[in-house]
Amino acid sequence: MAFDYAPAPESRSVVDIAPSYGLFIDGEFREAADGKVFKTVSPANEEVLSEVADAGEADVDAAVRAARRAFASWSALPGAERGKYLFRIARILQERSRELAVLETLDNGKPIRETRDADLPLVAAHFFYHAGWADKLSHAGYGPAPQPLGVAGQIIPWNFPLLMLAWKIAPALATGNTVVLKPAETTPLSALFFADVCRQAGLPRGVVNILTGHGAAGAALVAHPDVNKVAFTGSTAVGKQIARTVAGTDKKLTLELGGKGANIVFDDAPIDQAVEGIVNGIFFNQGQVCCAGSRLLVQESIQDELLDSLKRRLGTLRIGDPLDKNTDIGAINSAEQLARITALAETGEAEGATRWSPECELPGSGYWFAPTLFTGVSQAHTVARDEIFGPVLSVLTFRTPDEAVAKANNTPYGLSAGIWTEKGSRILAMANRLRAGVVWANTFNKFDPTSPFGGYKESGFGREGGRHGLEAYLDV
Amino acid sequence: MPPVTTTATAGTAALADATASDAALRRYLHGLPGVDAVGLEARAATLGTRSIKTTSKAYAIDLAISMIDLTTLEGADTAGKVRSLCAKGAHPDPTDRETPSVAAICVYPDMAGIAAEAVRGTGIKVASVATAFPAGRAALPVKLADTRDAVAAGADEVDMVIDRGAFLSGHYLQVFEEIRAVKEACAREKGEDARLKVIFETGELSTYDNIRRVSWLAMMAGADFIKTSTGKVAVNATPANTLLLMEAVRDYRAATGTQIGVKPAGGIRTSKDAIKYLVMVNETLGEDWLSGRWFRFGASSLLNDLLMQRQKLRTGRYSGPDYVTVD
Amino acid sequence: MSESAAKKKSAGTSGPGGTGKPGKSGKTGRPGKTAVKSADSAGRSGAAAVAGAEQGASGGAPRLSVLKTYKLFVGGKFPRSESGRVYEVTDSKGGWLANAPLSSRKDARDAVSAARKAFGGWSGATAYNRGQVLYRVAEMLEGRREQFAAEVADAEGRTPAAAAAQVDAAIDRWVWYAGWSDKVAQIAGSANPVAGPYFNLSTPEPTGVVAVLAPQESSLLGLVSVVAPAIATGNTVVVVTSERSPLPALSLAEVLATSDVPGGVVNVLSGRAAELGPPLASHQDVNAIDLAGAQGELAVELEIAAADNLKRVRRPAPVDWTADPGTDRMLGFLETKTVWHPTGALGAAGSAY
Repeated sequence: MAFDYAPAPESRSVVDIAPSYGLFIDGEFREAADGKVFKTVSPANEEVLSEVADAGEADVDAAVRAARRAFASWSALPGAERGKYLFRIARILQERSRELAVLETLDNGKPIRETRDADLPLVAAHFFYHAGWADKLSHAGYGPAPQPLGVAGQIIPWNFPLLMLAWKIAPALATGNTVVLKPAETTPLSALFFADVCRQAGLPRGVVNILTGHGAAGAALVAHPDVNKVAFTGSTAVGKQIARTVAGTDKKLTLELGGKGANIVFDDAPIDQAVEGIVNGIFFNQGQVCCAGSRLLVQESIQDELLDSLKRRLGTLRIGDPLDKNTDIGAINSAEQLARITALAETGEAEGATRWSPECELPGSGYWFAPTLFTGVSQAHTVARDEIFGPVLSVLTFRTPDEAVAKANNTPYGLSAGIWTEKGSRILAMANRLRAGVVWANTFNKFDPTSPFGGYKESGFGREGGRHGLEAYLDV
Repeated sequence: MPPVTTTATAGTAALADATASDAALRRYLHGLPGVDAVGLEARAATLGTRSIKTTSKAYAIDLAISMIDLTTLEGADTAGKVRSLCAKGAHPDPTDRETPSVAAICVYPDMAGIAAEAVRGTGIKVASVATAFPAGRAALPVKLADTRDAVAAGADEVDMVIDRGAFLSGHYLQVFEEIRAVKEACAREKGEDARLKVIFETGELSTYDNIRRVSWLAMMAGADFIKTSTGKVAVNATPANTLLLMEAVRDYRAATGTQIGVKPAGGIRTSKDAIKYLVMVNETLGEDWLSGRWFRFGASSLLNDLLMQRQKLRTGRYSGPDYVTVD
Repeated sequence: MSESAAKKKSAGTSGPGGTGKPGKSGKTGRPGKTAVKSADSAGRSGAAAVAGAEQGASGGAPRLSVLKTYKLFVGGKFPRSESGRVYEVTDSKGGWLANAPLSSRKDARDAVSAARKAFGGWSGATAYNRGQVLYRVAEMLEGRREQFAAEVADAEGRTPAAAAAQVDAAIDRWVWYAGWSDKVAQIAGSANPVAGPYFNLSTPEPTGVVAVLAPQESSLLGLVSVVAPAIATGNTVVVVTSERSPLPALSLAEVLATSDVPGGVVNVLSGRAAELGPPLASHQDVNAIDLAGAQGELAVELEIAAADNLKRVRRPAPVDWTADPGTDRMLGFLETKTVWHPTGALGAAGSAY
């Protein structure tokens, strides 16, 4: 008898999802002005989880006005008091982390192992970290009394719904801004639960406003004349549109956009750890990660050996019910995203790259895509250039460090890169020459609130996290 | 790992070249891929988060019991103590005769004969430590005599310790040849040779790079099993160093076609720990290693915890120490 | 005939800035402020007539001065505009000063290529080296202080003392940024105490090729104030000079060329912001744009164009160029790179046990 793991589902009963939710404006939930709603489903089985309000322009205006009203007193609070609200939020998030992890897994489709071990701990850590900054801003290197900007309009993606919320809201509040945040339309629930965390923390009304809705609501938020700061995480195409919208205004803008990260493996790499890093780099969160290591650059001399190891490892990945504690690969977030991944993978095949996936059974309902490798890929292939945002790894080779750098940098993006070698000086030389905002050497996809994150070139501008991240929300 | 060759013989031939001289062996071992400590430990920890419940837990518990080298290695060991351990190994839970027996009884060489007598007919193996266990600080003839003595007394398996001093001072060929000599001493004119388990005392070798190197050295020298530790030092088996041994046997089989067993020893006391190791075996080595022939736990107190967990699964009640035997 | 000379007939003496189609540039002698009209034997009557009329003649048996041909500075060389165009540059009273190259889109393209080519070497140079090069610029400028004072006085209509003060401030600005090159990583970088066994360091790196529309009203000090901070950190620059007063900037190029500044690190284009701004703002190989010298609708248009490849944009804002420059222009064209590496334990008996 083989060692099969029996189902080990995390209990759904820790989370109580209401049949419908309103917009969170000025400390209260309310329906959209025009009464519109939309459904949010679990991507793992297409079950409808809830119905949420669909914000329109009038709601955006109401939320911005609420945030503006709240700004005067919030920004005037002593930093220490603002900080204490954030500490409260951090603690409540820790207390409710199981509930929120299950909720996030239901709404997003990512494995509970990740929401439990990565998303939620980082969410709480972000608030805890920024809480401490609130009364120390004069020490942050932005002058003796750096001032907040005002109302921040924030738009976040669906890949890390609550974590991206934390990345946006924690620094904004710590620096004295008020917030109108729009979560992605496929993952609205955790932001609404966060509204309840704010209520429990006693956060003054209007300081945080949550607008669930679609792209039009986001566009209205960006264009609203009384928004002082726009922060966006999402696709490069939308990021460019936002940059055009705010052109000629006084709005401060930060963008965290796409990537096509190169994960570079030298022949003297710690191979077993490199294989884990490659897997973590592209299959973490089903590859729906802007900083994913979606291009594997492997030194030609170890290509066969590395690919054998990698394929063997992919054979052990467990795909299925995201709530099962042993699931490694969950569902793709939406039908739309699945279609995009599918189309790009088909393009890869059509262009002559060799496609491989481990044997795996995909569930019958929901949105699923098997872990996929493309070998024989060159820089000219679409799968080496376009961000796929899915569990698809393109494997390219190089012969020399110079060639590795040239290929790694040969992209309009510049978000992340990985280096695997046991030679210290080579790590430093490579890290120097890679044009990417985050370089992981002998590791990959590590995040921390103290560590600035953000891209070069078309991966956007501004940093999130660390002392650097504060600048985005200060008038400097 | 070295390149995976298409034919096992090519791999074996390459390894033969590698042991032609001390310098060649050093070059070979130092050419093995390095180990990143944080990455290795992270991988071991992640495998430790698997949730093994219900039927798979029952399977894992029985499997773990059947992989135990039930051990007594005390200065105060007596024939009586060894016999009662053998009885326990054969029928670990008197309340449930379905309970599998352990893989082996592990004793000092002077107790090997007594153990062999006691386990006759049960299918349980007798393992004897040898080569001046646990320090290994004796002359080679003494170590070989120690080994032959154990084999002659009926040991099915010999758990030798390597000369860590020689390894740490870079005398790799000396360590290699010592293992070879002990392997020869495991031979029997009639019947099966004793299987050789080579103990590294990973806690003393200190670095993961050393542990990978010594694993390859031992396998090339003829080890049938590689084993983390004696259980007699501060740091014994850990998930990370055992995972590293597993990676070595996995790669060695890919290179040579020869399958080698793995035995973590020391410090594994709970069912939860044991199951974590089995998950590591399952996901690193696969089914081929999921039996007492290829994977062992060197443990003394683990068995009772497995038995209590087994009773809990069977009855639905939590058990207590008074419901398992003290031997 | 130069473009602005032609335009002046309809627009009076308000200086360049017209949109008329450029004519052919003169290739021969050119009149200067101390030159007699008749000495310019080669004709070119339009410009000469204006200049001559306003500047008058010297008496006696004048030594004919040698005039300077103002050229662009691209890739360390001094080319004319590939378009062959020039425009007339006048002093604050409308008097002819010189003909400046009227750069074209292609000149902008060439300048970007040169800046890109120079980026690897300049950004890869040690900060100490860059600091010394910038200091060398200050030294060279100091040596030509009188010349620049005269040029700034002409260009901006300042008194000799006020113009000299501008030059002094410009020299001191180079010194200020020279000293910053090897300190900026210490104020803009950080060691980040992540919650795990990792070494984590953030360091600033230059953004890349920065297009700069230099301030319109401060021909030397303003330009130095926007170029020096960009290159101090390792960026390379394509700068479009003040449209109306390009001469101090074009002369500064001569200083740069003799100050160990590698070719291509600073590329100087004279011409129309409205003509050169759009190709620079939309250029896919430009990483950032400083709109200091762009105004009104042009600034908005350029910011929109810059979004095509997500250039870092510095919007125009009123600046007192004589004030303490601070660090924000330097910090604005930097990227933060964060590098992670496992620290781990020295031995297998470390953190895991």
